[in-house]
Amino acid sequence: MTAMLELLRYPFIVNALVTGSAVAVAAAASGYFMVCRRATFAGHALPNIGFAGAAGAVLLGIEPVYGLFAITVLAAVAIGLIGRDLRDRDVTVGVVMTFALGLGFLFLALYSGYAQRVYGILFGSILGISVQAARVTVAAAATSIAVLGILYRPLLFSTFDPELALARGVPVSLLSVLFLVVLAIISSLAVQVMGALLLFTLLVGPAATATRLVKTPLWAIMVSVALGLLYVWLGMAFAAVNGTIPVSFCIASLSFIVYLPVRLFVRSEGRRRRGNTTATGQLA
Amino acid sequence: MNLELLASDVFRNAMIAGTIAAAVTALVGYFVVLRAQAFAAESLLDVSFAGATGAALLGIAPILGAAVLGLGAALGIGALGEKARERSVEIGMVVSFALGLGIFFLSLYARGSASHANAGMAILFGSLLSVRPQDIMRLIGISAVVLGGFAGVFRPLLFATVDPEGARARGVPVRLLSTLFLLILALAAAAGALAVGILLAAALLIAPAAAAVRLSRRPASTLLLSLCLGIGITWGGILISFLRPWRHPPVGFSVSALAAAVYFIAVAASPRAYARRGKTIIIGDNAETAQWTFKRGTSRKGSTRLSRSSAKGGPSHAGP
Repeated sequence: MTAMLELLRYPFIVNALVTGSAVAVAAAASGYFMVCRRATFAGHALPNIGFAGAAGAVLLGIEPVYGLFAITVLAAVAIGLIGRDLRDRDVTVGVVMTFALGLGFLFLALYSGYAQRVYGILFGSILGISVQAARVTVAAAATSIAVLGILYRPLLFSTFDPELALARGVPVSLLSVLFLVVLAIISSLAVQVMGALLLFTLLVGPAATATRLVKTPLWAIMVSVALGLLYVWLGMAFAAVNGTIPVSFCIASLSFIVYLPVRLFVRSEGRRRRGNTTATGQLA
Repeated sequence: MNLELLASDVFRNAMIAGTIAAAVTALVGYFVVLRAQAFAAESLLDVSFAGATGAALLGIAPILGAAVLGLGAALGIGALGEKARERSVEIGMVVSFALGLGIFFLSLYARGSASHANAGMAILFGSLLSVRPQDIMRLIGISAVVLGGFAGVFRPLLFATVDPEGARARGVPVRLLSTLFLLILALAAAAGALAVGILLAAALLIAPAAAAVRLSRRPASTLLLSLCLGIGITWGGILISFLRPWRHPPVGFSVSALAAAVYFIAVAASPRAYARRGKTIIIGDNAETAQWTFKRGTSRKGSTRLSRSSAKGGPSHAGP
């Protein structure tokens, strides 16, 4: 324990803790909507698409964050506009994602740099975050949480009962695009922390467990955020103590280990149905 | 341009392996698209990533590790239930854990040396230009199993895909078929991953079949079209990378870029016919037509709500 407290004296550890916590809160909160909207494939694809933007930015010699923001927001709008039904969306997301990954690979081949740099973008390098990048990340996380707060009620309505929401004049497809854009912003800021491949863990893991445990949306988001923070802190602590295991692997394992018994032993059908009716009942 | 490269062993091996992988993925991809299981395909690829890196760590051929772990994950996903929509969260959890495991193995493996780090990149992004004869033999073995299984389940699987309720009523084991298909998909994913890597194999699994489904309605012609597109995309990608018109485009990039181009050209070429007929597919000579889920654009206006909710129960029969 004292050894852990000792670690807090290093600025890069504090940086990593602050950035990791900000990303965990933003990802867990938006992950709740992602899970309820069944947009998991899009949530998986956006960080991977961001990889192309980051690699392109590295090639051009600008900060990866800008490339990430540009390409993920663009892709979010495209996915939101093209994919209107399950099959089209599924295919479009898959094709756009593989194209972006291929593009990222091309950029890296052109960069002809060091493979470590690739691994950094793909797998994350939370301990290598600069103070400036940490500030940008925290600001963007706060912004996206604020946007989610503003969109909260209509987004919830259109998530649980899109037909009724449409009939009442809620702009369902606009909300769908806006939500994907929020997801894109979170993806691009969190890629540097978690890596393109594992950010998805923070999006899906806490929220998937929370929706099984708790009925009402607000509590589910709270539980999801708490779990997200717990995973990030414990994951970083394990990685710091052990020294060889990547942080992202610790976080992924933790979230899977917590999810598995919850999935197996908590029956969700009745709970979720009641959850839905309370949600729409409150809002309608 | 250096044409003499085309006579080399490297080129020949790349073409053989690429053709086999493209053919297998294009055929299996037809059902991936019809069943809207692109995310399941992607998750099996991510599991293959963990399998391949784990195998590399143990000194076994990555494709074998990918196939074994992929088969296990296919059984697990198959046991979860039938509806892709209901499974997306569970699949997401599998993806996230498999990626974490793969990254852990890769970090252990890549720490060894620079050549190991490059081998890790080859698993992620493909290694068509370094395919050896023994890889081709393994690929042929896996592909033979895939094609045999595919031919075996084709007719009942098509029935179960187009009309699950009708198939169940006639005693077709829909759930078993769904799991069998995931097993076939896992092996096809491992084959595709050898050609263009774990991250890009989804391009070969999805794009040719998705383009073919937009352009053709009869299963036989759609399959043939998908096969031609898949092989064409792969040959084109290999040729572009070999002839190097400009710098050094990696095979993975040229294949995924061609695949995206083919899909979006098909989307652009087919909008009117596609919108008019909805998602229909003609099976048999009497033009018995089964209609898929929603028609395009139904969500744009409030007035179409009824047709949307009536189609919600799943595919239903419509008149010829």
